[in-house]
Amino acid sequence: MVGDKGVKKFLVICLFLLPNFAGFIFFIGIPIFASFGLSFTEWDLISDPSWIGLENYKALLHDEEFKSALVHTLYFIVGYLPLVMTGALAIALILNKKIKGRVFFRAAYFVPVITSWVAVSLIWKWLFNPTYGLINYGLSLIGVAGPAWLQDPTWAMPAIILTSVWKDLGFVMVIYLAGLQGISPTFYEAADMDGASPTQKFRHITLPLLSSTTFFVLIISLINSFQVFDQVMIMTGGGPAGSTSVLVERIYKHAFEYYEMGYASAVSWVLFFIIFIVTVVQMKFQKRWVDYGN
Amino acid sequence: MEISTKQQQVKTAQSTKRSFGTILKKGLFYLILILGALVMIVPFVWMISTSLKTQGATMVLPPEIIPSDINWGNYMKVTQAFPVLRFLGNSLLVASVSTVGQLILCSMAAYAFARLKFRGRDFLFLLYLATLMVPAQVTMTPQFILMKYLGWINTYEGLILPGMFNAFGTFLLRQFFISIPRELEEAAFIDGASHFRVYWQIILPLAKPALATLTVFAFMQSWNNFLWPLIIVSDSDMMTLPLGLSMLQGRWETDWNLMMAGVVISVLPVLAVYLFAQNYFIQGLTMGGLKE
Repeated sequence: MVGDKGVKKFLVICLFLLPNFAGFIFFIGIPIFASFGLSFTEWDLISDPSWIGLENYKALLHDEEFKSALVHTLYFIVGYLPLVMTGALAIALILNKKIKGRVFFRAAYFVPVITSWVAVSLIWKWLFNPTYGLINYGLSLIGVAGPAWLQDPTWAMPAIILTSVWKDLGFVMVIYLAGLQGISPTFYEAADMDGASPTQKFRHITLPLLSSTTFFVLIISLINSFQVFDQVMIMTGGGPAGSTSVLVERIYKHAFEYYEMGYASAVSWVLFFIIFIVTVVQMKFQKRWVDYGN
Repeated sequence: MEISTKQQQVKTAQSTKRSFGTILKKGLFYLILILGALVMIVPFVWMISTSLKTQGATMVLPPEIIPSDINWGNYMKVTQAFPVLRFLGNSLLVASVSTVGQLILCSMAAYAFARLKFRGRDFLFLLYLATLMVPAQVTMTPQFILMKYLGWINTYEGLILPGMFNAFGTFLLRQFFISIPRELEEAAFIDGASHFRVYWQIILPLAKPALATLTVFAFMQSWNNFLWPLIIVSDSDMMTLPLGLSMLQGRWETDWNLMMAGVVISVLPVLAVYLFAQNYFIQGLTMGGLKE
């Protein structure tokens, strides 16, 4: 009787969990371990993989292309993060006031978020066209001769950053709006009684009470921007002259253009390691500035 | 008396100054919002406008926003040169099956994690969570090799299955299920209901908001995915829209009118759904933002 019950319970657990768990192990679990193992091998998919120990990781230290991809990825992050976060916060602060057409504005800012990266990249590639693009035409109206953007090693990354800010602004804005709506109006009422200025209210009420939202935005934006790929692939393919090559683009090229499966895996683990360290550091330092309003 | 009048005057002066300032500020706010909205919308207008131009008209300065010679033929040309409708169909199929699959698989596992008691449950759940930290690029190479061995390159199985199993959906739903009070199901169990009935008739209906979130998120994720199809599809009959679009680029390096026509075809379906179900999209994607 008890045994029967145990068997039945086991079957129920299997019924609910097994379909998901089996696929999870097969498509996620095994590949994670396999990728780690592969990173110590040399494998072109044709001959058998050969164990080379830490050689891939050692080679990374001297791989100039990898180093510049890392630098470009950091450049992207340094340009993208502050712009998207302050821009989105500013718009969210305005939209959080009693503004007519709020729903319309929110919807307008959110349209790029639902559009695929490939579509966005193609549209902006055309906007950035040096001769016939709308951007350089606009610049010419105010007497500025625009650069060749995606064809100019100096301007290609800024163009990619601007495109990315444009696409993600609405997403970050909506998260900030949700955060702002969670701040109780009583704080502001009390501040008004004490005669606080708008700047004081922003600095001493809004910013601290919004810090957990800012933290959330920072973590996910940072993780996502380390993985920047689609827009680079479509808009520049890493060029011109390698000026926009980024980490994921390196992984893709090593694996699927040069068929260096082991090396590509090693780069992907370095990427994971960087993301992991950055996230852990953020988590550690959050106590210093994030207010969960106990 | 005199003093109080003076105070009065100062006060009036202040309040007019203040209301003038408020109006100015409001005006500035609207100006920023409108300029921002223009920046968001103009690229789409430019996309539609270019898609209706002749190739010659794309190379005219100053550029025309409303083309003088409206040319619907671009859409015909794109659909003839590329199986765009097939791309669209592939995207729909892949995104729908993947979404429905995730809804079923994740909600069942979430039920087990939230409601069934068994040894090692919390450890197993932690294992799921740990994989959320691992970027997709780490698993991508072995997944590709796996697909190769299974013969799933250029197949729907290959496009759909690997993306169907991620810990995010299970995590999202488990958190929601835990917050559902147990009284309802306890009554059902006393009446002799099975776990499956409780899951199907009590938990799922109560979890509609979370399921809607997962639907939007999973669908958008799959619909917009570029990297995975790029890796495992080379046959144009199996391409999804983003990948197919990227192919237009190789073919028509400078025919921006044709390329924009292709982009319009890919953007419109989601845009149409978005305009009808805006709130679902916004809530879904913000909650889904936990892992994008």
